[in-house]
Amino acid sequence: MRKILAALLIGASALAGAGTAAAQTGPLRIEIDQGVIEPLPYAVPDFVPETPSAAEHAAQIARVVAADLSGTGLFREVPASAHISKVTGFDDPVKFADWKAVNAQALITGAVSVTGNRLTVQFRGYDVFAEKELESALQFSGTTGGWRRMAHKVADAIYSEITGESGYFDSRVVYVSESGPKNDRRKRLAIMDYDGANVQYLTNSASLVLAPRFSPTGDRVLYTSYESGFPQIHVLDVGQVQRKILSSGDGTMSFAPRFAPDGRTIVYSQTQGGNTDLFSMDISTGAKRRLTSAPSIETAPSFSPDGSHVVFESDRSGSQQLYVMPASGGEARRISFGQGRYGTPVWSPRGDMIAFTKQNKGRFHIGVMRTDGSEERLLTASFLDEGPTWAPNGRVIMFTRESQGSAGRALLYSVDVTGRNLKPVKTPDGGSDPAWSPLQK
Amino acid sequence: MSGLKLAIAAVAVLGLAACSNNQWDDTANSGGAGVGAGAGALDPASPAYFQQTIGDRVLFAVDQSHLSSEAQGILQGQARWLTQNADYVVTIEGHADEQGTREYNLALGARRANAAREYLISQGVAGSRVKVVSFGKERPLEICSNEACYSENRRAVTVLAGGLTG
Repeated sequence: MRKILAALLIGASALAGAGTAAAQTGPLRIEIDQGVIEPLPYAVPDFVPETPSAAEHAAQIARVVAADLSGTGLFREVPASAHISKVTGFDDPVKFADWKAVNAQALITGAVSVTGNRLTVQFRGYDVFAEKELESALQFSGTTGGWRRMAHKVADAIYSEITGESGYFDSRVVYVSESGPKNDRRKRLAIMDYDGANVQYLTNSASLVLAPRFSPTGDRVLYTSYESGFPQIHVLDVGQVQRKILSSGDGTMSFAPRFAPDGRTIVYSQTQGGNTDLFSMDISTGAKRRLTSAPSIETAPSFSPDGSHVVFESDRSGSQQLYVMPASGGEARRISFGQGRYGTPVWSPRGDMIAFTKQNKGRFHIGVMRTDGSEERLLTASFLDEGPTWAPNGRVIMFTRESQGSAGRALLYSVDVTGRNLKPVKTPDGGSDPAWSPLQK
Repeated sequence: MSGLKLAIAAVAVLGLAACSNNQWDDTANSGGAGVGAGAGALDPASPAYFQQTIGDRVLFAVDQSHLSSEAQGILQGQARWLTQNADYVVTIEGHADEQGTREYNLALGARRANAAREYLISQGVAGSRVKVVSFGKERPLEICSNEACYSENRRAVTVLAGGLTG
């Protein structure tokens, strides 16, 4: 059952020999779950500038498309230095023989025009060996300042057509930016593109902030702030950078807030008399409801994408383990039974899996399991990995990795759900507690 | 909260002024801090006396909030001092070491702070004078990644506020 990531490439020439059910899915295809082969080679020459002021963006957009595709580990770029053909006109016929000669199985061409501060991108994808245009040809326009988003949309369309999965490049990540030494760590809320570009700070570092989460549409962020001296739940409108405190009660700790898929209900932890339980709140009316009532710690909730269930962690058995209960509360079923402790469960946006942090024998792991706890797989291992978040397509997980010792610092990493392609995510300072947005509209 | 901040600032100043005999003093170099000549000069009603002579904190075992007999002894001293210095209110700050996930450690720190609070109440301190808050693993005192540091970080610290007019 352990399907390691796989890129099954069925080139046009291989297809004649392979000739199976894959035939009707089209010749250029990466089956992410199938047996491993190797990344699909592609070329993305600089896009063609169609207006004089578009030259810089035309080159930059092609580079971001390449970074997105190659960054998945499923694609490998044929570098410009190897190209034989130069694409000088978007509508010029493609010289397939030149791209076959450098073994570029996919080719992406594009054109960029700029009028005032309006930027328009057109692109086409080609299956080089089939000498056929892909179906994803599209046109996007927006402001010049939004050029990276348009590049991500191009890459999402190509990724989506070739893998059959929805894309995830046109998405954002909210996280906690960290600076300063371990015993004087300054934390502030930050938001960025999924690839670390366009970082914007949402709070200053005067108050400790923890564990932000996006609303289902990405317009708001829930997080925990110590602004009052006690941890309380705040909600922030990303566009307006306006915020509001949701929890109340002096001396009552509220933390670990998460949105329900309806965008109006939240679940969170509240501590009374040293005991932490889960509650839900309608954030428009403030009406609260207790979901658990146990002398143990209940925290780190996460909704199933259909909103019907909540997975959370509890030490009711004597150590941290994962449980699933109905979203309205009621009997919880334990789903983690392996060795060690399990925490920070997060339901996949596809609904099929739960990512978690596992502590075992002094090491931390990010892992995934089916929602019934079966098929547990550990994706990472280090001194301290924690807090997974899912890419909108449920294929990639981002998390916090903290290094040990007095110089230890927290950084963001990502890994494919297959365990492949582990890599740091570039941030200006340290980073922790990432939460991935849905795909932007 | 301004009272609380004031209290921390005052304690910090006193801590620097006195020759520290407090093994948990944030600013002290570990080791070598002898029971100093200055200690005898502390006013028994001063926050510095509370912090240094009585001890403002208790430590915990890994993933536990149980109070050891040593911890109980320190809390008994805190309770006596608070009974004699009735102007003060306190906030007990619970902390965890870095071996644990963030939100669990917040809840664990709250358990520890509450264990200390319950003990103070059992020793006659009015519950209305004792607030609790947890910082989880967010505020380590010691920054190495081994038990020598972790044991100092798993703590509940009783922070004085109010009554600082004199």
